[in-house]
Amino acid sequence: MIRRYSAWALLREGLRDHRGWQEAWRKAEPAARYDAVVIGGGGHGLATAYYLAKNHGITRVAVLEKGWIGGGNTGRNTTVVRSNYFFPESVALYDFALRLYEGLSRELNYNIMLSQRGMLIIAHSDMEMEIAARIVNAMRLSGADAELLGADEARARVPLLNDGPEARFPVHGGIWQGRAGVARHDAVAWGYARAASGLGVDIVENCEITDFLVEDGSCVGVATTRGTIRADTVGLAVAGHSSVLAAKAGFQLPVHAYALQAFVSEPVKPMLDTVVLSLGTGTYVSQSDKGELVIGGGLDRVPSYGQRGNPPMQEQVLSGLLEMLPAVGQLKLMRHWAGIVDVVPDSSPLLGPSPLPGLYLNCGWGTGGFKAIPAGGWLLAHLMATGEHHDISRPFDLDRFATGRLIDEAAGAGIAH
Amino acid sequence: MQLFPCPFCGLREETEFHFAAEAGKARPEPAGQVSDDGWAKYLYFQDSPKGRSREIWVHLACGEFFVMTRDTVTHEVTGSEALSGRSR
Repeated sequence: MIRRYSAWALLREGLRDHRGWQEAWRKAEPAARYDAVVIGGGGHGLATAYYLAKNHGITRVAVLEKGWIGGGNTGRNTTVVRSNYFFPESVALYDFALRLYEGLSRELNYNIMLSQRGMLIIAHSDMEMEIAARIVNAMRLSGADAELLGADEARARVPLLNDGPEARFPVHGGIWQGRAGVARHDAVAWGYARAASGLGVDIVENCEITDFLVEDGSCVGVATTRGTIRADTVGLAVAGHSSVLAAKAGFQLPVHAYALQAFVSEPVKPMLDTVVLSLGTGTYVSQSDKGELVIGGGLDRVPSYGQRGNPPMQEQVLSGLLEMLPAVGQLKLMRHWAGIVDVVPDSSPLLGPSPLPGLYLNCGWGTGGFKAIPAGGWLLAHLMATGEHHDISRPFDLDRFATGRLIDEAAGAGIAH
Repeated sequence: MQLFPCPFCGLREETEFHFAAEAGKARPEPAGQVSDDGWAKYLYFQDSPKGRSREIWVHLACGEFFVMTRDTVTHEVTGSEALSGRSR
């Protein structure tokens, strides 16, 4: 039984030299059979296992992770959570995730350090202000919070923004979502792992999938580097490697793999208390609790599985940062990395049954998977437990590419993933 | 900055190139008899291989499309050839 974290537990352990803390989750040996197997021990996979147990009472569940949990894109993102999308289907999905995030620390008894410091998307011309108004209106119609800020309000939120006469991208106003913010990415993975483990889920690390077991045309389990594991239902949550696993299962996906870079500066005193993105530069930045600037931008230009960034996009993102916030020009970068993301033609995820019966998909999140973790897990668990779509996941089925009902957020919200 | 080989212009900076698609797709014919799934597969689905990959690129400077063979993990380029005029 896991002991709850609390102020009282912290005090007690502080008084006895912290000798009483348990392991946060059980490191399990894989069993030969489970009711459900989730491939991928990132946020989405761990959340799926948690909601299978919590929402559907399915506790004979294994999460199979090739490396260590949270070591893929869950540990490589810029920790931003938000739901500022254009189409109602997208807002329904991402705002569901944001609402779950809002209660997640309490739900998991694990502090995910959610900080709803708001996000400002800056518009640089009257035309961009019209697009901004359109997105704000669409978000509000879909039930998310959004405000259209004028130039003075935007400048007041982020006084350091470059808005002098020399500015390449002057500030005309922007889109404000006050409920957006950041959360500790590792804590999301660890919190779901701990809560899932507490409900009986086996978390198996260093366990790579080598093949899928198929009988009578259906997926009945997986072959792994730690033996064969049979399961009634299998979920795939391996963004970045979805096409590699799909090839093993015998189908293709509408996915290209690209590297997405991020950067962290040396820590400085508090200077930026929100997340800010410039439509002109495509660069976005927030300041972590430690004082580091966390910087991100667009995808690298070359399809890639190499988990490292390439110079052309580095130059674009960092020159964008200097254009937006000239004051940070002397800061040194401390870390820089890349993750491999699934890029889908309409910049929306793939949720639903795969072409192989018994195998369900949660992938295609592009550059924005972290913010969707609670919803992605909830919806994949629903699919695996019931075999049916949840209302929120239905529009994101693979069949949209044949029916033509694409949810094109690159065109809608200007999100380029 | 990586240099990519254009079959017409030689080695040029990677920013002069744009990835178009995976090589080897053939447009399904006759169009009137292609199912919705057939079109979807042609338009949107691909292998996205990890490792060796044959891809159609365009060199934006000269405007020519060509086939580049590269490794998607190491980014090593092992081949660059003009399109034959037929998909294959």
